[in-house]
Amino acid sequence: MTARPLEGLRIIEHGSMVAAPYCAKLMADLGADVIKVEPPVTGDPARQRGPFPGRVPHLERSALFLYVNTSKRGVTLDIASAEGRRLFERLARDADLVIEDWPPGELAAIGLSYDRLAASNPRLVMASITPFGQSGPYSSYRAYHLNQYQAGGFTSGFYEGQEQRAPARGGGYVAEYDAGQAAAVACMAAVLAAEATGKGRCIEISKQEASMCLERVDIGRAANEPGQNSRWGSVGGLVETSDGHLIITAASDQHWQGLVEAMGSPAWAAEEWCRDEKARSEHADKIQPHIKDWAAAHTRDEIYRALQSRGTPAGPVQNAAEVRNWAQLEARKFFVELEHPEAGTLAYAGTPSRFSTLQWSPGPAPLLGQHNRDIYCDELGCSEDDLARLTRTGVI
Amino acid sequence: MTGSTAGSLPGPLTGIRVIDFTWAWAGPHGVQLLAMLGAEAIKIESMTRLDHSRVRSLMGGASQTGPDAASIFGDLNAGKLSVRLDLRRKEAKEIVLRLAAMSDVAVQNMRPGALDRLGLGYESLRKVNPRIIMLSSSAVGDSGPERTYAGYAPTFAALSGIADITGYRDGPPIPLSGSVDLRVGTAAAFTVLVALRYRNRTGEGQNIDLSSTEVMSTLMGEAFLGYEMTGQVPHRMGNADDLMAPHSCYPCSGENQWVSIAVATPAEWCALRNAIGTPLLADPALESEAVRRRRRDEIDAAIEGWTRARTTGAVCAELQQAGVAATPLLRSTDLAADPHVQARAVLQPIDHPVLGRRLVVGPPWRMDGAAIRGRAPLIGEHISYVLGDLLGMGAGEIEALSEAGVLN
Repeated sequence: MTARPLEGLRIIEHGSMVAAPYCAKLMADLGADVIKVEPPVTGDPARQRGPFPGRVPHLERSALFLYVNTSKRGVTLDIASAEGRRLFERLARDADLVIEDWPPGELAAIGLSYDRLAASNPRLVMASITPFGQSGPYSSYRAYHLNQYQAGGFTSGFYEGQEQRAPARGGGYVAEYDAGQAAAVACMAAVLAAEATGKGRCIEISKQEASMCLERVDIGRAANEPGQNSRWGSVGGLVETSDGHLIITAASDQHWQGLVEAMGSPAWAAEEWCRDEKARSEHADKIQPHIKDWAAAHTRDEIYRALQSRGTPAGPVQNAAEVRNWAQLEARKFFVELEHPEAGTLAYAGTPSRFSTLQWSPGPAPLLGQHNRDIYCDELGCSEDDLARLTRTGVI
Repeated sequence: MTGSTAGSLPGPLTGIRVIDFTWAWAGPHGVQLLAMLGAEAIKIESMTRLDHSRVRSLMGGASQTGPDAASIFGDLNAGKLSVRLDLRRKEAKEIVLRLAAMSDVAVQNMRPGALDRLGLGYESLRKVNPRIIMLSSSAVGDSGPERTYAGYAPTFAALSGIADITGYRDGPPIPLSGSVDLRVGTAAAFTVLVALRYRNRTGEGQNIDLSSTEVMSTLMGEAFLGYEMTGQVPHRMGNADDLMAPHSCYPCSGENQWVSIAVATPAEWCALRNAIGTPLLADPALESEAVRRRRRDEIDAAIEGWTRARTTGAVCAELQQAGVAATPLLRSTDLAADPHVQARAVLQPIDHPVLGRRLVVGPPWRMDGAAIRGRAPLIGEHISYVLGDLLGMGAGEIEALSEAGVLN
């Protein structure tokens, strides 16, 4: 017996790109009824980001949009118009959760503040996700993923070489996903409380603070022990094998022993400077060349198996194609096929969680305005004439 | 409303009790998030198997001199309670099972099967409490040919695909940082809450198998779908972007100071061009994004010529005023002193009897009832609360267990 755990939850998402939409997607895939509200005509800017099949831009075929908006229903609505605002209020009246990412103060300025929406729906939870929060000197700052990642504390001297260039950002949109995932935790907790008490809450998420929370160890160390940020040398780490990069983590004695055995217990590894973690770290510049030479003479897979069979953590740096075809993920059915009317049947990255009885069951992302009639007419009671007029006047 | 005060409502998870078997970074942070939301988190610890982050380690720095003087542990376990239990002892297992009977959630991140071998896996907990939710997080999940494989944050990043798309095109892949573990913890916290909702409605508990590596793959899902659509393997590209140009970090005055600038719309391009005023950028051909992508290097050089003579603060203030996304590059070492971070009091002072007063990064959200509720526990600090107040043991009984070495 399996069931969709978030069935019965009604969520209105008015978000763009990744953070807010990903937060809503996490819940939609688990059974919440998510209505995604997009601006008419152009929709969510993620529709224009791609990648696209054949590199031909198409609002319904952007990989980014299709992935972060699975399982939702979609309507178009210009909430800045008076009629649009009234329709949005109607949607929020029946909702458990509103997720939005408008610049600070803009929704309140058009009469859609939390207090106003909660006045007619006290159990409403509302999450507002912005680059730098609702207050403070940077609160009005615009930021794309590059800006967000680079302002979040993710880089430190540890990962930079001697080269005269800036640290590279995290791949894809990772800092945006981070904010969405963090927001989803608070949303779920607030919804649970609202279901128990009838009282909702307003949640403020600064993407920068979501990043900082993930870097809390490094940021804490820098704040409390300034000047002690140079770490000791580490043994292993990123190495180049005969056919690609691989990560080895072998700091502890136990993991180091596994590495030594895998290397065939060379004589140098029995020297005094390999005695314990501290000694190895201090002599990392002596040890690393040996590990590098050994790694260069073997394949990624040989080293991966040799180390893991001895209990030493390691992992090849896999590209997207290798991950897609990795036997481990195949066995766990991580990728799932979804059929979309415009993009066709494609395999999507799935969920990291396997539940004993709950069902994770995604559906495809909505076409732009696909559910306008269902929601405005069937659910909110607009007539066909209303729908035609709203479309003609650009409200939907 | 700030993260340092809980506000007028109780924590949204008030009344939820979590047994925390986790160690290292990922699991502890996941439970720490639940504690920030009001859950009572009881960490099961042992001197015979110390949490890595309590052990003096290379990562710990000079302040780490013993299990209770562990700053990393403090950053990952704020607001929790701690008991010491040697889980190899029958009496300790009985205590855990009694606690499980009155708890809502258990979280663990030992290697797959380890907790089952101790007789404390999901099946054992379920026998005493069918409503319990158990989440186990591991390197690559509790099924599949590699289920026994071990990993840490950088191997999750490597296997998941994210390291391969991070870094410069002509440089090595970058496995992000220890933050990878905290992403796994965030996913764990969300998943537990989903199962809690279902339990609230049905009374049914849940067993959850979370793969750390898969968490990272889900945070780059568009890359897999793009590959699926086009057959082209995405590659790392430093700070550049497939579509947007300019899109990079530019040096400012001072040593190793950078500003990130990204332009997506025609309006943003015009604003940037006008702010910089260099004749080269006035070329009307550059109004096309495709042309800007082709002439990226030339444009970057012109922008750099302008930013180099200015501070990051001045560049950001001027460009943001004009409507351009320009923000300072803030490393982990820069944030505590940043005026915005200070204005929002993101770092909060927490007093600790051994470490003294330390600044700790607050919760990733602000709402009534969400806060860092206190410092991390000393090891075994709450034995009398958990065994006495919760389980109803007398002082003599606790003393006897202690003398028998069970509370070690």
